[in-house]
Amino acid sequence: MKTVKRSLGAMALAAITLITVSCNEGKKNEATAPMSNEMHQDTMDADKDMAMNDSQDAKAEAILKDYFNLKDALVGDDNAKAKGLGNTLVQSLKSFDMSSYADGKKSELKDIMEDAIEHAEHIGESDIKHQREHFKILSKDVTDMVAITGTQMKLYEQYCPMYDGGTAWLSTEKQVLNPYYGSSMLKCGKVQREIN
Amino acid sequence: MRVFKIIAWIALILFIIIQFFPTEKNESYTTPDNDFMVVNNVPSKIENQLKVSCYDCHSNSTSYPWYNKIQPAAWYLEDHVKEGKAELNFNEWSTYSDRRKDSKLRSIIKQIESGEMPMDSYTLIHRDAILSENIKNSVISYMRILKDSLK
Repeated sequence: MKTVKRSLGAMALAAITLITVSCNEGKKNEATAPMSNEMHQDTMDADKDMAMNDSQDAKAEAILKDYFNLKDALVGDDNAKAKGLGNTLVQSLKSFDMSSYADGKKSELKDIMEDAIEHAEHIGESDIKHQREHFKILSKDVTDMVAITGTQMKLYEQYCPMYDGGTAWLSTEKQVLNPYYGSSMLKCGKVQREIN
Repeated sequence: MRVFKIIAWIALILFIIIQFFPTEKNESYTTPDNDFMVVNNVPSKIENQLKVSCYDCHSNSTSYPWYNKIQPAAWYLEDHVKEGKAELNFNEWSTYSDRRKDSKLRSIIKQIESGEMPMDSYTLIHRDAILSENIKNSVISYMRILKDSLK
């Protein structure tokens, strides 16, 4: 027992010494550089050279495809699947190439992508309630993107007046399947606009 | 007893070793032109409370508690501050696009309303960061006004 006490004593002593030492050490650190929020910027610039209208539309279609898969996972109340698909969507958003758009459109697309990536990232790591909150804004981002990029697909903008003061989303089907409520109120909503 | 002694010694040695890994501190001590308080006309009552309740993790200047001198506590804090700043950095407010401001304000309102922020693990020690019902309402209505002004 005695030895145990002794080693505990030594431990405490060493800890105290160290605290004092590191106290002095801590003082001399300087300011950190402001964190960059634009980590995806490089990827976008890197792709610049292969700018072709076709490939861009393909990228927009890829984003839409991933968005619809995510929407279906939320319709199916599948939290784990939505997480995975949120992360897939992050990748397709990051690889979107906007280089051939006019400057005004480009900056709007950049804003849209920045925001959408953040929401998709959150969907990749949240519970289903939060996933749905982020999906609301993500839907707005994707809708605004389509307004600029256009799409080959026939889309339906649907609207549920009950969720969070009224909320829209996109679907490829006319039939309403609500991603914000899933099975608890699957049919809530109506088609408010057709695209194409 | 012998086993206990060995474990205690190993723990002690590890504890000592990790003290020599410094963390990068988040201390800029300047208010950049892009700061939320600079670009918005924030009532001083709200400004003071936000600085106390949010700025430790959501700006470039953290006022560190004493236990930041000890590892692994300092790592834990470094991680939190990093994550907090990636989500929202009040010091960089005016660099956000309107779209992102709108998203950020929505999250600010939601998380303050639900009590998610400031985090329990933070207010446990920083009792002055807790938002009273009264100030909570003022902050939320201020953020709502700001959000509406974006449209």
